[in-house]
Amino acid sequence: MRLRLEPRREASRAMLYGTPVLAVALTVLAGILIFSLMGYDGLAAIYQIFVAPIADPYRWQDLFVKAAPLITIALGLAIGFRANVWNIGAEGQYIVGALAGTGVALATWDMEGYWILPAMVAAGILGGLLWAAIPAFLKTRFNVNEILTSLMLTYVAVQLLYYLMRGPWRDPEGYGFPQTRLFSEWQTLPTVVQGTLVHLGVPVAFFLAIAVWIVLSRTVTGFQVRIVGLAPQAARYGGFSARGTVWLTLLTSGAFAGLAGIFEAAGPFQQMTPQFSVNYGFTAIIVAFLGRLHPLGIVLAGMVLAVSYVGGENAQTALGLPYAATGMFQAMMLFFLLAVDILVRYRLRVVVPADLSRPAEARHPHIRQADEGSRTSSTPLDKQRESLSA
Amino acid sequence: MTLVGAATPILLAALGELVVEKSGVLNLGLEGMMLIGAVTAFGVTFTTGSASLGLVAAMAAGAAASMIFAFLTLTLTANQVATGLALTIFGIGLSSLIGQNFVGRTVSGLEHIFPAALADDPIGRVVFGYSPLVYLSLVMTAFVAWFLTRSRAGLILRAIGESDEAAHSIGYSVIRVRYLAVAFGGAMAGLGGAYYSLVMTPMWADRLTAGRGWIALALVVFASWRPLRLLGGAYLFGAVMTLELHAKAAGINIVPPEFLAMLPYLATIVVLTLISIAPSGRRNAAPACLGKPFRATG
Amino acid sequence: MNRRQILVGSAATLALPALIGRAAAQDGPLNVGFVYVGPIGDYGWSHAHDEARKKAQEHFGDKIKTNYVENVAEGPDAERVIRQLAQQGNKLIFTTSFGFMNSTIKVAKQFPDVHFEHATGYKTADNVGIYNARFYEGRAVIGTIAGMMSKSGKAGYVGSVPIPEVVRGINAFTLAAQKVNPDFTTQVVWVNSWYDPAKEADAAKALIDQGCDIISQHTDSPAPLQAAEQRGVYAFGQASNMIDFAPKAHLTAITDNWGPYYIDQIQKQLDGEWEPGNIWWGIEKGLVGIAPYNDIMPADVKEAADKVKNGIASGEIHPFSGPITDQSGEVKVPEGDTIPDEQLLGLDWYVKGVQS
Repeated sequence: MRLRLEPRREASRAMLYGTPVLAVALTVLAGILIFSLMGYDGLAAIYQIFVAPIADPYRWQDLFVKAAPLITIALGLAIGFRANVWNIGAEGQYIVGALAGTGVALATWDMEGYWILPAMVAAGILGGLLWAAIPAFLKTRFNVNEILTSLMLTYVAVQLLYYLMRGPWRDPEGYGFPQTRLFSEWQTLPTVVQGTLVHLGVPVAFFLAIAVWIVLSRTVTGFQVRIVGLAPQAARYGGFSARGTVWLTLLTSGAFAGLAGIFEAAGPFQQMTPQFSVNYGFTAIIVAFLGRLHPLGIVLAGMVLAVSYVGGENAQTALGLPYAATGMFQAMMLFFLLAVDILVRYRLRVVVPADLSRPAEARHPHIRQADEGSRTSSTPLDKQRESLSA
Repeated sequence: MTLVGAATPILLAALGELVVEKSGVLNLGLEGMMLIGAVTAFGVTFTTGSASLGLVAAMAAGAAASMIFAFLTLTLTANQVATGLALTIFGIGLSSLIGQNFVGRTVSGLEHIFPAALADDPIGRVVFGYSPLVYLSLVMTAFVAWFLTRSRAGLILRAIGESDEAAHSIGYSVIRVRYLAVAFGGAMAGLGGAYYSLVMTPMWADRLTAGRGWIALALVVFASWRPLRLLGGAYLFGAVMTLELHAKAAGINIVPPEFLAMLPYLATIVVLTLISIAPSGRRNAAPACLGKPFRATG
Repeated sequence: MNRRQILVGSAATLALPALIGRAAAQDGPLNVGFVYVGPIGDYGWSHAHDEARKKAQEHFGDKIKTNYVENVAEGPDAERVIRQLAQQGNKLIFTTSFGFMNSTIKVAKQFPDVHFEHATGYKTADNVGIYNARFYEGRAVIGTIAGMMSKSGKAGYVGSVPIPEVVRGINAFTLAAQKVNPDFTTQVVWVNSWYDPAKEADAAKALIDQGCDIISQHTDSPAPLQAAEQRGVYAFGQASNMIDFAPKAHLTAITDNWGPYYIDQIQKQLDGEWEPGNIWWGIEKGLVGIAPYNDIMPADVKEAADKVKNGIASGEIHPFSGPITDQSGEVKVPEGDTIPDEQLLGLDWYVKGVQS
């Protein structure tokens, strides 16, 4: 008796929604096991990481504030990923967006007016967009791999941040510490719920999720993105330009990342510091996949990640669980998610071997056939996209 | 001397990644695998007292970590970018957990392979005074160059990276070859990590590699997937990484250090663009199947 | 209408509970929180704070319970963690990095009955005290040793970031060395990071290549020390006794001993006598320590070092007593004067003999 994967004729809807739950469940089980082996109370650790932050209403604001930039960036990335455009440099776009907005803030630090914050946000969006325009240009003009260019540009952005913080933008009254002055009242993001830290970026993230959902499922542009990703040749026949899609998706994801950057700078940070880069851009890639590239899935995934961050801190204070365990835990969650993903397209069958002497291929001729056919375009998510958009 | 030290670990890791990418797989988990290699090398050396055993263990640990990636991306056709990033997060966490018991400890590190008369001689040390891993990195460069261009297995590997479907249709096992390539990449990353914990600074501390895995990744692209260019590129990157320190030590102020630190990444983008423009670009450019999943179990 | 409340009405449906005024009531042990910027495995700054936390826990036994969160990014993450510690009933919270300053002040406003202690910053409040260590006093001791042990009269200094803290250390080191050897110079290489072992080692090697025969560092890892050991020159440890990393090179180390301060403050909290202070302790109070000298140091060097150490502790010696000239040769401090604390806190110029 053995287990065998059989391709499904169409992606399983049940599995599409079930697998993330399964992945989280597997992560929880593995977590209990590993933490227990490490000598901690495994159940209590999982409770602290996954349940305590949700059970405590005082933690909710933290979850929203932590999730907002992840969701915003992941939404932009997901649009590109659907079209097979792999922007993995969102971290750089996030930084440059924040820097552009900070530039406006520093130029207007002694001014007053309602226009200042919108100007900062606009600069932030533009900064992220322009940083993403570099890989877009190189991809469309010279066919340079956008995965590599966008990644390289992230490290350029980080150095740019360091340079500005240590040099020209350093707070003149800050005792030489490499960070900018604090933003003024006119330059900081308003909170939307009084008495909490929930800033404007939170409702905007949720609003963007709905907007992206509508655009992707109800508009021609959404269709174009999907069709270019699913069947590039069909898209060409249909008159959709691959180049145009590269520009559209990269600029959009750059703009989203830039927006998240300036929101984060003008909101929770209220200044720019060299510690600004905390890998939200990379974590957002995980969020995008955890959310199955679907806007609503991304909102959920962003919240799950936020829970695991806040919960990781809980576990540190409550149980002395090292922070590294949280990182490993998040990686495991992604591993499991990526692993169970295959169940959307394949069915797990228990096979009782009939005649082991025959070669495998002769035994199961259909596998071979199906496998040949299964390589449609290039991402494993193609099939589920189809069903998602249905 | 510092140049060699800066170049060697990224060369080791990049050699592995080059073979992985040549087979059509993009593993962004280099940094994670290097850290796992670094902590394993230190832990085993500390526990057993044998640095050679530490090196072997580092390679095994790097390869083992890469198998998580291989299983997810090759067998289960998961997305390579996401899996690679997850592997890096995993490696940072795992190495930190394993390393908790080793913080503040030190080992004697790797012995020289040449007799002290040569290795400590003021002139002799220019040639003989390096860590064995330095010589190993040169040997491995030659080996990878030979393997990819002259060996049958290397030709198959490249064919698979260029067109997995064609290679599959004439009977090569795409998945198996890629598994082996990824394992090799993991082992080399582990070795590169071991350089930090056994040679550069014989100790363990969290995130010992401090992001060098990403530089190694850039290096592969900068070298346009050619082993000999990789060697030159590693020393060029090493020079850029240490140039500023030497200039500073000599009392010379050059451009802001942040701009120097950007240089390897900017240069990589430029090279990537140039090889895409050049008429002969096709030959040097990225393997055609880089990062794309393939499924065929039959 | 306040600008910050414009959107309150429209978003009130989110109806999150306000955060102020809830801190778990408690009997039993006093809860004390610690927030670290690095992992406790960094073997530098955060490691030293955690060692001190353990000492405090040991000292008070079951009278207190210490809780810590490590590897907390400066910025909003820090604010969240500090607030969380306050809500969880920690009555005294130590935030141990300069970058936690604004977060500490913000959270302190929301928890008036919780006491906060922020390390190395300059903002205080009714319930926020600040504390720092006069590490430059230790630098003067090792500078004396360097002046006597160096043959070339040229020291290499691996610096992290040119903030006043580090600038003070470089100056104190150089001034002390020049008291022994007037021609003494210090060559600084900035690695622009507190922690990057490979780069720190490379910086030390580059300095040694330039003829520096003694290495001092203001970065967290033992890497420069190991580089010195490999190259056969002398060096000093940072934050803790690092003799194991370089048995031949390691002459001594400046050690961070936050323990006495933590014990002192926790005792005050227990007694209900905590007050926001502005503490800048040094060798005298034991906050800055000098690790045991390496046996290879000649007796007269040990003696001279002890003399400086004891002189600073008793107040006879001030590391920044005039005459002091800056790099351009201008006399900054005339003979008989010392640089006052307010100026030391913002020190941003180098003394003659420093090459940076």
